[in-house]
Amino acid sequence: MTESDIEFIFNGEPINAVQGETILTAAKRHGHEIPHLCYNDGMEAVGNCRACMVEIEGERTLAASCCRQPSTGMKVNANGTRAVGAQKMVMELLLSDMPGSQYTIDNELQSWVDKLNVKQPRFKSRTKLETDNTHPAIEVSLDACIHCTRCLRACRDLQVNDVIGLAGRGSDTRIVFDMSDTLGQSTCVACGECVQACPTGALMPSGGVGKVQPDKTVDSVCPYCGVGCLLSYHIKDNKVLHVTGRQGIANQGRLCVKGRFGFDYINHPERITKPLIRRDDIIKTAELSLDPSNPLAIFREATWDEALDVAANGFKSVLKEQGKYALAGLGSAKGSCEEAYLFQKLIRTGFGTNNVDHCTRLCHASSVTALLEGVGSGAVSNPMKDVTKADVIIVIGANPTVNHPVGASWMKNSIKQGTKLILMDPRRSELVRHATHFVQFKPASDVALLNAMMNVIVTEGLVDINYVEKHTEQFAELESHLQNYTPQAMESICGVDADEIRATARLYATADNAMILWGMGVSQHTHGTDNARCLISLCMITGQIGRPGTGLHPLRGQNNVQGTSDVGLIPMVFPDYQRVDSEAKQARFQKLWGVDYLDDKVGLTTVEMVNKAYDGIIKGMYIQGENPAMSDPDVLHARAGLAKLQHLVVQDLFITETAYYADVVLPAAAHPEKTGTYINSDRTVQLGRQAVSPPGDAKQDWWIIQEISRRLGLSWNYSGPKEIFNEMRQAMDSIAGITWERLNSESVTYPCPVENDPGKPVIFTDGYPTSSGRAKLVPAGIVPPDEQPDDEYPFVLITGRQLEHWHTGSMTRRAHILDSLEPDPWVAVNTRDALRLGIEDGIVIELYSRRGRIETEVRLSDNSPEGTVFMPFCYYEAAANELTNAALDPQAKIAEVKYCAVNLSIGS
Amino acid sequence: MKKKNSRQKRGRTLDKFALEELKQILGSDPRRRDLLIEYLHIIQDNYNCLPVKYLHALAVELNISQAEVYEVASFYHHFDIVKEGDKEPPVLTVRVCDSVCCEMVGAQDLIKNLQRILSDDVRVQSVPCVGRCDSAPVAVIGTYPIAHATVEKIQQGVSSNTISDNPPAKAIRMHQYLEQGGYDLYHRLKSQSFDIEAILKTLEDSGIRGLGGAGFPIGRKWRIVKSQASPKLMAINIDEGEPGTFKDRHYLEQDPHRFLEGMLIAAHVVGIASIYIYLRDEYAGIRTLLQQELQELQSHYADLPPIELRRGAGAYICGEESAMIESIEGKRGMPRLRPPFVAEVGLFGRPTLEHNMESLYWVRDIIEKGADWFSSHGRHDRKGFRSFSVSGRVNKPGVHLAPAGITLTELIDEYCGGMLKGHTLYGYFPGGASGGILPASLANTPLDFDTLNEHGCFIGSAAIIVLSDHDSARATATNAMRFFMHESCGQCTPCRVGTIKATELMTQEYWDKGLMQELCTVMTDASICGLGQAAANPLQCVLRYFPQEINQ
Repeated sequence: MTESDIEFIFNGEPINAVQGETILTAAKRHGHEIPHLCYNDGMEAVGNCRACMVEIEGERTLAASCCRQPSTGMKVNANGTRAVGAQKMVMELLLSDMPGSQYTIDNELQSWVDKLNVKQPRFKSRTKLETDNTHPAIEVSLDACIHCTRCLRACRDLQVNDVIGLAGRGSDTRIVFDMSDTLGQSTCVACGECVQACPTGALMPSGGVGKVQPDKTVDSVCPYCGVGCLLSYHIKDNKVLHVTGRQGIANQGRLCVKGRFGFDYINHPERITKPLIRRDDIIKTAELSLDPSNPLAIFREATWDEALDVAANGFKSVLKEQGKYALAGLGSAKGSCEEAYLFQKLIRTGFGTNNVDHCTRLCHASSVTALLEGVGSGAVSNPMKDVTKADVIIVIGANPTVNHPVGASWMKNSIKQGTKLILMDPRRSELVRHATHFVQFKPASDVALLNAMMNVIVTEGLVDINYVEKHTEQFAELESHLQNYTPQAMESICGVDADEIRATARLYATADNAMILWGMGVSQHTHGTDNARCLISLCMITGQIGRPGTGLHPLRGQNNVQGTSDVGLIPMVFPDYQRVDSEAKQARFQKLWGVDYLDDKVGLTTVEMVNKAYDGIIKGMYIQGENPAMSDPDVLHARAGLAKLQHLVVQDLFITETAYYADVVLPAAAHPEKTGTYINSDRTVQLGRQAVSPPGDAKQDWWIIQEISRRLGLSWNYSGPKEIFNEMRQAMDSIAGITWERLNSESVTYPCPVENDPGKPVIFTDGYPTSSGRAKLVPAGIVPPDEQPDDEYPFVLITGRQLEHWHTGSMTRRAHILDSLEPDPWVAVNTRDALRLGIEDGIVIELYSRRGRIETEVRLSDNSPEGTVFMPFCYYEAAANELTNAALDPQAKIAEVKYCAVNLSIGS
Repeated sequence: MKKKNSRQKRGRTLDKFALEELKQILGSDPRRRDLLIEYLHIIQDNYNCLPVKYLHALAVELNISQAEVYEVASFYHHFDIVKEGDKEPPVLTVRVCDSVCCEMVGAQDLIKNLQRILSDDVRVQSVPCVGRCDSAPVAVIGTYPIAHATVEKIQQGVSSNTISDNPPAKAIRMHQYLEQGGYDLYHRLKSQSFDIEAILKTLEDSGIRGLGGAGFPIGRKWRIVKSQASPKLMAINIDEGEPGTFKDRHYLEQDPHRFLEGMLIAAHVVGIASIYIYLRDEYAGIRTLLQQELQELQSHYADLPPIELRRGAGAYICGEESAMIESIEGKRGMPRLRPPFVAEVGLFGRPTLEHNMESLYWVRDIIEKGADWFSSHGRHDRKGFRSFSVSGRVNKPGVHLAPAGITLTELIDEYCGGMLKGHTLYGYFPGGASGGILPASLANTPLDFDTLNEHGCFIGSAAIIVLSDHDSARATATNAMRFFMHESCGQCTPCRVGTIKATELMTQEYWDKGLMQELCTVMTDASICGLGQAAANPLQCVLRYFPQEINQ
């Protein structure tokens, strides 16, 4: 008990409450349970159910213990006749209206009814309400609703999706979606927070899964975006019944539609369960003609031994005939750190080159390049959730409500508490509604806009001189470079009023704590590195870094893109960003890996590999969990490159577009079928645990990689992920202090160089890991996009993702709920353009560029500005990347998939 | 052109034309979230209903969610939400009160007959008390009230298109009030160094208590709010909706400035930054009057605090002080849990002085005439006077200013011209529908704050509904419970579910007294606000005082 504690009498015994604690929570802490329904940890207490009534001496009526804070000496009685009478009568009233059958085995009302021994209700039941099963993910049975508003608070206070309302009044009081629409027709984004919050099963995952008693519950981490939400799989008969969020640093129990409802891809009938070898009679063609449900049209089944032998022998013959530079490997940001670590180790020690990369190249390569150059580290300075500590947030080139939904929820929470959002994007998004400033700049004019903001900061004396002098270098160069970038001069280039540029610059620069978060809108350009350089400089000259709620956060797209980059799945560096061309680092890894040679030549990047395949230089590739035949820019060219390969081994869950070109397909285990570590966007290392066993002969990736390595003459003998992780600790100082055992009980944010180090969510608190210890300010000039619209191709195509689908859709389009929510390809066309061209919502149009032509449905939308169209790239039947431009950023080698010239025509 | 239809479309598409229309009718003032209900009124007034396309547009315009607009609109019964494809309501609505007094004199038959006789383009709605119980039964055509309504009167009104209420003709207007020395006190208070402490003391000494029903001493309330941090706000409750109550309307129809001067004095003494007047939607004539007089007042005094007149939208619960605050903020009128009290955390989170209209109405007189002037009144050891809204079976129903502590017998005999011919006193509601029902045997109990507690009743807003041997306590209590069921905000279980279950139990021929008693106890003990806590009073009184009416 501390001095500020409040002592009060509870059921005759003195107990203490800490400041701000309610009677209910204080009692709970002392082991006394008071019945409650509308109260839910982590939500605002509203006291509407009246189940937690207690008697307070001297008060006329009973009090709701969930809302009332005790005062010193207050005498509270929760188990007297009067209080218990009210508690029981409340339960009886609610119970009387419950339907005959239960929708959940975890009905909190029923459990209190049992505990309080409430008898059969003596009141007539209300009229039966119809179940709303219009939504693929969530079943709504309001006949079990007790109006506790936990769903509403989940939807509005926590996730801030603002779909659920409490409408009507009196006996007509009811939970509604939007304007009393069916859930399926509402704007619900199916985060399922309401389902998790509902105490009575009125909102449940569809399909009656809540009524099934699971065999077990396995704690794991979400397989989708970089937020890194922790979750629990509820398992019955080796199948995932449903998923719930659990308390993780990044998510605090929250999930989004993908994490909560997108798990059954692992049971999809197209899952490959046996190793496959290409049939001798099937010749590779560049043109994709794929039926993933019928792999035997292209392949024949094989034993693991045969398939592994064929896979390895193919690599060996390329090695023998064309040499090591004819081989390359593409790993995946979706797999674990251990898998990525083994994969890069295999390429480096088995193939003998640094020709290893993964989709980070198409994602944040430019951000990482600029960050490594500027601040000496490619990771975020602060966790995403730090937005709740910021006064101003800049979100630029990102659509977090779609791509990082739980991360976005923290932003929205923060904004509700008064934080100001500056949203900078050519496209409108859901966050516009929450923004103080929506700066809608012209596509690809980031540098002009950001330089103009810095010009304002420099000319108006808003530079944090102390910080600049102490922690940065080359400020003078930047300052003189910025002279010409006045807001007036940039106004016409970026399409933003000079005054608006000034206002946002001032707001950011003068904020106590400000964070910048950015996404692919910044990185996926030929000037992506320049864009990121500007953001870094903007942050540095205002000293908005190194404190909680203050810093830089490139929003990482995939669940483990941070981890796979960290463990060296990139061609320039060994694990922990140690340069392959450094003799010292080479020595370190030769020693660790027990080899006497490691190539010092920086390897090929993702797009380069496939280009070299097209050119006949790369002859053999090992692709694990990656799908360049969908994700590469100018994908028809990429496919043609893959088709030319002499030997391609693909390791995946399905016959992906890439597997179509394979000689050997190795069936791998899916995320819930394996154990390993994953590092989220916040640098937090988290453990994913195996929840179900892989189907058929599918094997875990680490095992497959090890089997290949052995056939290439390496003598690996790992027993499993833990042993691999322990080797990684020796290779990577940043995680050296993290033990496997610790990960079993908690997530740890690196750097954590020694055991028992708590980890470091906020870095750059005092200087930078650069050679000078200072951040380097690198000026950036305006570089136009590689391909500009013209008369022939007058529209700009912006590609991206959508909430329900992830990356190339190989998983999410096979998750039945996600697929039924978004089954077909679509392109967003601005309403004015549509009006001009006579295009109606829902029609199918042709979209074409200099590189390809696809057919897709139109959605009229004002989210994309006039003259631009937007399309998600996850649809194989209309692959947006058939149109995109493969022009690369010169430093980072990232492709400009956010900008190319297209045209559209109404189909016949 | 090919069309695909495999995906269910989610979310409605914004109707841009509706958005443009909406912007037109809302005008060019900056949009304010707290004016949501006012905006809904504008839409309803323009389109005779709330088509969802405008609600969607309003959500976009206010930068809030559709759900937020819908839940507010659907809370208030004067709004008619029309979804895509649904039929719009008829242009004209005739509202017939079916609360206690009106039902006693045949409202149900009137409703049935009107529904049969009036054409389809007129909607007949039974509505809760419209605050004209002294002329029951009452109907309202559009906004035009019909006293002692009959089918013929209503038919005539409909056919002559008499559908808009006018400001009360006899009201003392600004210039008259000024001529009669009005605002002199306020003027002196502002210009001279008037002793504010003396004013507070006068109010305290007079013993005047809040006249909305709760009876909190006015002087003490001013002192409490005065001590809070600025900015402090003031909210005035003219949501007079307690069945049987019409005193606020009565005073406003006669002398609105006496109230407004009291309001300004309070604002000055307490240090109020802004004033919000919440007037029930049913008082359309008074709304026009107050709009006109506030404009006069504001042009007369340049330095008044901002005064906003807000319009209720058909929700009895908004007469509850914290529900009213929610409503002024543009939300559903759901009472707040206390603590904190509104004096500390009220409107927009600021310390708030909340008053019933009548409480302010007497301020000028008490200060001018002294504390004794007020406290010298009273009978049976009680002090002051009360404005009794009397309705039911008496010869002269209406507002009677009578000494506090007067008994019902005295009130009927001295002020109401006795019982109606052929009627014998049977019982009475001493404080509107929520105050309970007393039998004739308790007609000699002093009527004032606190005096009725031992009898399971309270005086509340001093709305006396007199029942005779022609009436049934059980029927009127059932009417009251149905009213509470209808008017419950729906927030808490004991009230939302309790009023429904109680109504069901009360409409059974045989009463389960034990279960009813248990239910009454939880409603009284565990409801969030006064509505739920008092809703059981009439039922409990029937159980206690009128056993002869109960089949067990």
